[in-house]
Amino acid sequence: MTRKNVWVAGLATPVIAMLLLLAGSPSVTANDQPSAANAEVKIDNFSFGPQTLTVPVGATVTWTNRDDIPHTVVSTDGVFKSKVRDTDEKFSYTFAKAGTYPYYCSVHPKMTGKVVVQ
Amino acid sequence: MLTENKWFGEGKIQGRRLRYEGQPQNVWPVPFEFDGNKNDSRQLSTQNATNHGGQVTDKKQDFIDQKLQDLNNDGIDRRGFLKCMAWAGTGLVWTMSGGIPVSRAFAKSMDRHAGKVGDFSFVQISDSHMGFNKPANPDVVATLQAAVDKINGLAQPPEFLLHTGDISHLSKQEQFDNVDQILKSASAKDVFFVPGEHDVLDDNGKSYLERYGKSAQGAGWYSFDKKGVHFIGLVNVMNLKAGGLGSLGGEQLEWMEKDVKHLKHSTPIVVFAHIPLWSVYPEWGWGTQDSAQALAYLKKFGSVTVLNGHIHQTMQKVEGNVTFHTAMSTAFPQPQPGKADSPGPMKVPAEQLRTLLGITDVNYVRGQHSLAVVDSTLG
Repeated sequence: MTRKNVWVAGLATPVIAMLLLLAGSPSVTANDQPSAANAEVKIDNFSFGPQTLTVPVGATVTWTNRDDIPHTVVSTDGVFKSKVRDTDEKFSYTFAKAGTYPYYCSVHPKMTGKVVVQ
Repeated sequence: MLTENKWFGEGKIQGRRLRYEGQPQNVWPVPFEFDGNKNDSRQLSTQNATNHGGQVTDKKQDFIDQKLQDLNNDGIDRRGFLKCMAWAGTGLVWTMSGGIPVSRAFAKSMDRHAGKVGDFSFVQISDSHMGFNKPANPDVVATLQAAVDKINGLAQPPEFLLHTGDISHLSKQEQFDNVDQILKSASAKDVFFVPGEHDVLDDNGKSYLERYGKSAQGAGWYSFDKKGVHFIGLVNVMNLKAGGLGSLGGEQLEWMEKDVKHLKHSTPIVVFAHIPLWSVYPEWGWGTQDSAQALAYLKKFGSVTVLNGHIHQTMQKVEGNVTFHTAMSTAFPQPQPGKADSPGPMKVPAEQLRTLLGITDVNYVRGQHSLAVVDSTLG
């Protein structure tokens, strides 16, 4: 009896932990990468780097403008849109769903990039 | 149809021959003929002219001198400044040095002693980027003020000013306020604006329109007439699409077609907009994707002058009856197309800065086919 109870308690702990995790962050599923997977895009010389960024679902991407000229980060499909970002200003967006998100700078539309969320 | 533009990079003028051609009644008779450019368009930048001026060979210089003597009734040493200028087409002139009349038509029009003053002149300023404070120019207030001082010192006071956009750096009210305040000290009281992309950030152009576009159409386009010349201010910085260039849009094009329909073919036309209406360097977004349609409406006119900003350097092209010209910024220079990693501000030594900033003086003489355009630097 004693041995069995210990075994059940040992199994239950991670299950409860996972249930708690699911309750706090509904978009996270059991197959996900860690939700803390954040990524950065640097804006240098009128270009986004990396131009294509691949992140797990739930990741927060932060863009930093390192140019002397203001830029924006605007989703081509209207999913996200930053205010104008001057030198060293940042913009962040958390991607809750898988998919491909093309974006551009609405001030300098030749500047384009893509976030792939999987 | 527009023909393909070619950029003439450093060193490429040398070895090309100078040739007299065309319309001697109207033109400065020493145009550059660029081998390798098979179409009828020519394109140069101020920096190019500066870089290459000293490379004109002695033989070519002799030829230039001979030609110059034919014109030298006005006591102006053209040999000196020819080294830093290039003639690029019918009736339009271009120089690095401030205030020097550089074409025969222009010399006459500017020479008050001869009693021949042009019918009127106006000045284009551009890209004042009020609020910019980075190392390329930490004091854009001072350089805009220097531009106004330059305007106030012109031999023939301009009737009005055109500002071809990027008035502000970040579309902020205090930045617009600053520019308006400085421009109040200009001798010319009327200023006609078109927006640059920096003037319509975040609010879709609302504050720009409230301030500058109350009597304008749509996103801020309009036209007006001055002494027989029809001016058209266009907006090509709104609703830019990913991967694309400047854009006029269907509504504006429709308006423009109607606007010019009733005009006589002999009416001189001046079109001004922020982003070049010709394909300067699409890789950097220096062009307007639907400009060909706008230019098609202007085909019937004998004289069309297109004035743009955005690229912070002078460049020009002549295409049939259309002369394209871009102005310097009053704030900071930008690199020649493709000559840097990006079109960002060009950092130059402080003492050089004002030699790369400037204004554009445009002179209209009734009966002359084209308008004379002269760029003057601030230093």
